Amino acid sequence: MVPEATKTKVSRRALLGVGGGSAAAAAFLAACGGGGSSTMTGSTTSPAEGGAGKSETEQFGKGDLGILNYALTLEYLETAFYADVVKSGLFKGANLAVIKKFGEEEAEHVAALTAAVKQMGGKPAPEPKTEFPLESAKAVTELAGTVENLGAAAYLGQAANIESPEVLASALAIHSVEGRHAAVLNTVLGTSITPDGAFAKPADAKTVLKSVEPFIVG
Amino acid sequence: MSDAHDTHAPARPDLAAVEVIDESGGDLSRSEVILKGALAAGAAYGTLAVSPYVRRALAMGSGSNGGDVGILNFALTLEYLESTFYKEAKTRAKAKGDLKKLIGMLADDEEQHVEALQATIKQLGGKPVAEPKFDFPYNDTAGFLKLAQTFEDTGVSAYNGAAPMIASKEVLGAAGSIVQVEARHAAAIRLQNGEEPAPAAFDPSLDEAQVLKAVEPFLA
Repeated sequence: MVPEATKTKVSRRALLGVGGGSAAAAAFLAACGGGGSSTMTGSTTSPAEGGAGKSETEQFGKGDLGILNYALTLEYLETAFYADVVKSGLFKGANLAVIKKFGEEEAEHVAALTAAVKQMGGKPAPEPKTEFPLESAKAVTELAGTVENLGAAAYLGQAANIESPEVLASALAIHSVEGRHAAVLNTVLGTSITPDGAFAKPADAKTVLKSVEPFIVG
Repeated sequence: MSDAHDTHAPARPDLAAVEVIDESGGDLSRSEVILKGALAAGAAYGTLAVSPYVRRALAMGSGSNGGDVGILNFALTLEYLESTFYKEAKTRAKAKGDLKKLIGMLADDEEQHVEALQATIKQLGGKPVAEPKFDFPYNDTAGFLKLAQTFEDTGVSAYNGAAPMIASKEVLGAAGSIVQVEARHAAAIRLQNGEEPAPAAFDPSLDEAQVLKAVEPFLA
């Protein structure tokens, strides 16, 4: 997944000296912008500049509510996916146990995000109707890997957009768990546990939503 | 920016000078609900206690770059620890095969984190803390893996605890990209130990004092 390079604040770029500075700092700060471009971050929508209203998550609500509902939609997808996989009968034993455990954790994310949206006075996003291709254990494992790596990148892509420290803390607590899930699936698939190297790359909402679109049927 | 980014707090130059943030205030009830699951998750991690997110989040650090430099230096100390630990482990852990490869990769990732944090601290006009001397008590692969799990889980929780205090969105995004890698490391090490790679739905977070307590035994 290649996150789109979006808005970059020139002043911050100048302050941090990216472009003229050391390669390591540029790489570090570019890590959240995806790739080796001089763009530092793909997620610098600043509430102070009124940028939250233009954010890609706005279709789910304004500001943090939109981000929480966006996350909730993704967690609904993951929960439904694992539930379908459990029902499919493709997995048994230890593998089935892992799938159940991950599915339970995604369901906990759904519950927490739903509660958070309500606490903030918002309306939780509806559960989407989903359909996943469940043809073989191998294909399902690959899809699980894609979904978890995407989920981790999706949270990372929103971290800097979140205004409330409490919401940020919650999102981070979920984000690293998605990273753990992704690493387990990558291990099973025999791919790198850290496919982006030492710095994980984010994905913006547009990229993520486009990726999951094929699985939403209503 | 949120209120929390506007409050003033002194920079934290190194681990030895960490503050115990013990203020509270603000909308506790809301956060308690949001984080109910996270707070309940602590037991799954044994010795890693779950800290009160909310108090910490609302007593967050400075909105100045001094605050971010302090946090980055705090992270740098942890990365020094991990980097040195894995560098040594290449020979000391007596690992073979996949684990040997994993250790090489972990050493490389942590070294990149060290370099990136040092460079970023300098970019922000700060001075990177010096690397402390470490002492890692283990004699075999099992001992290495046990420590590795503690360090990786602690790393995840330390970043998750510190991140809401970061003022700069760029630094926050970059810290996020590191913590996800630490979480991936933690899961891989836990698999090696035959333990649940993602023991809870919400990773606990630690404040500076708790992190210091966790790493203190390994400072020589």
